[in-house]
Amino acid sequence: MLTKNHIISSCVIEVGSIFKNGESLFQNKSADLSGFLLSVYQHFQLNYPKYYKMDNLSKLGWLASEILLKDSYQKDQYQPEEVGLVLTNRNSSLDNDIKYFESAKEIASPSLFVYTLPNIVIGEICIRNNFKGEHAFYIQEMFDADFVTVQVNYLLDNNILKTCICGWVDVLDQDYKAALFLVERQQTDNSVPFSTKSINNIFETN
Amino acid sequence: MEQDVFVVADNILSPLGKTTAENFDRLINNVSDVKEHYDPAISPRSFCASIFDKDRVFVESHKTSFTKFEQLLITSIDDALKSTDIDVADKKTILIISSTKGNISLLEAEKNTPELQKRIALSTSAKMVADHFGFQNTPIIISNACISGVLSIISGARLLRNGQYENAVVVGADVISSFILSGFESFQALSPQICKPFDKSRDGLNLGEGAATVILSTNKKFEHNIKVLGGAVSNDANHISGPSRTGKELSFAIDQSLKEAGLSANKIDFISAHGTATPYNDEMEANAINLSGLESVPLNSLKGYYGHTLGAAGLIESIISIRSLQQELVLPTPGFKEAGVTKPINVIVEPLSMKAKRFLKTASGFGGCNAAVIFGK
Repeated sequence: MLTKNHIISSCVIEVGSIFKNGESLFQNKSADLSGFLLSVYQHFQLNYPKYYKMDNLSKLGWLASEILLKDSYQKDQYQPEEVGLVLTNRNSSLDNDIKYFESAKEIASPSLFVYTLPNIVIGEICIRNNFKGEHAFYIQEMFDADFVTVQVNYLLDNNILKTCICGWVDVLDQDYKAALFLVERQQTDNSVPFSTKSINNIFETN
Repeated sequence: MEQDVFVVADNILSPLGKTTAENFDRLINNVSDVKEHYDPAISPRSFCASIFDKDRVFVESHKTSFTKFEQLLITSIDDALKSTDIDVADKKTILIISSTKGNISLLEAEKNTPELQKRIALSTSAKMVADHFGFQNTPIIISNACISGVLSIISGARLLRNGQYENAVVVGADVISSFILSGFESFQALSPQICKPFDKSRDGLNLGEGAATVILSTNKKFEHNIKVLGGAVSNDANHISGPSRTGKELSFAIDQSLKEAGLSANKIDFISAHGTATPYNDEMEANAINLSGLESVPLNSLKGYYGHTLGAAGLIESIISIRSLQQELVLPTPGFKEAGVTKPINVIVEPLSMKAKRFLKTASGFGGCNAAVIFGK
């Protein structure tokens, strides 16, 4: 499918590895998921106290968005309402749902309950970057590049958004994967045409 | 030129009734299903909510592999399909499912195993429901907190407008179990009585169970039906569990919906608000409505009839409002007596006879999400 939109950057996090635009930036295969996520936070010298209260789904998505946007996103070019997100995953917020449910047997915690929704990761990324545009969270059994492409093209082609973060963020226990794409209407020197094929390639080849 | 999207058929399945007509009839007679319950399986304390009778079976026994959540979806879709000849097996028809928590109650009854986790996954339910009816396309599932229902209508309308499909069966449901109730309780968000949207003494929300279906189509044979005129979504970028202080972001979604519909604010005849009756939500909504210049437009919240039905709420409230356009009767806001928000709004207190042409439906939720959709003749 032809499109006039462009992938400005991509970030894939899986099996203890981080890739930005296909290039390996960091590896830590010895830790469990929580330890791995913390090592990523430290390696990239991030400083965001809210990180520590997030569930693993939000941590994973938030870290991927930080790496995706760093040196790639021109913040001053866009109004908050012109930036949005389309995210998908398989397991919704089940990873944290199980933790919340276990804890609620003793005493229900509002700070865990709020993460029992998959779109909270979108909220966290919006708060961090002051993104206020269109967004949606869809549940899919597998990453559906066709679906994501159609959704994002609609938002960009109809001038609803000027730039969109899209992709997949999924966590269940120790299984996880994030693959985010920064898609814009303007081409840049290193951008790749945004298509089903190109995002599938990035999703699968790291 | 983008295509018009028409509302072809609908259903509401709630404790008040199993069809839209039954539900509307109960509401005209000012009947609410929100009442006090005591059920140790849901909460060790009594709670005020609108829930189905515990033993009610929705889909007959030879299909008992369906959970309550799936039975609600199936029963609602089934009734909506009765009044139309739309072919679900047509590649031009898409199923869209909206839910916040789907089958999460299974966690409460069964051992946490990989099999159970797969059974809880919304895509499992979606596949079972799609197979039951014979939908050919993989269903689309939206889980975006309390805007899921409105967002599913917006998503459906867009997929139809850009020609990807001709028909969309948009369904939403949620089931209230101890998982959800304990969470809202932990936020101290629940009212011990029927909630009081926008009222001075409002003290929280009621939860509710329900399902609802809207069937949309771009087929010109429905061109005299009510249309989805526009819709938009925004994010507060402020707090994950509290709404915007200003209402600016919901107002932006409202303004974008008006823009997409090609309408000015004075063309909106009434508003079906989110109106959960939590102090912060209603205050934020009143702010947003003022910022969009809609403060004098008659407004209702139906939460006092149904409670907050989560992933079904946007659908149920849109369908009731569509019925209001058709029957020229806009419903009041049970629980409201005296305005308790800092900006003026025009809350409907008695059933209002009105030849309305268009209405605005709003929703907001955790994660800072806001959505607005406009329906009209």
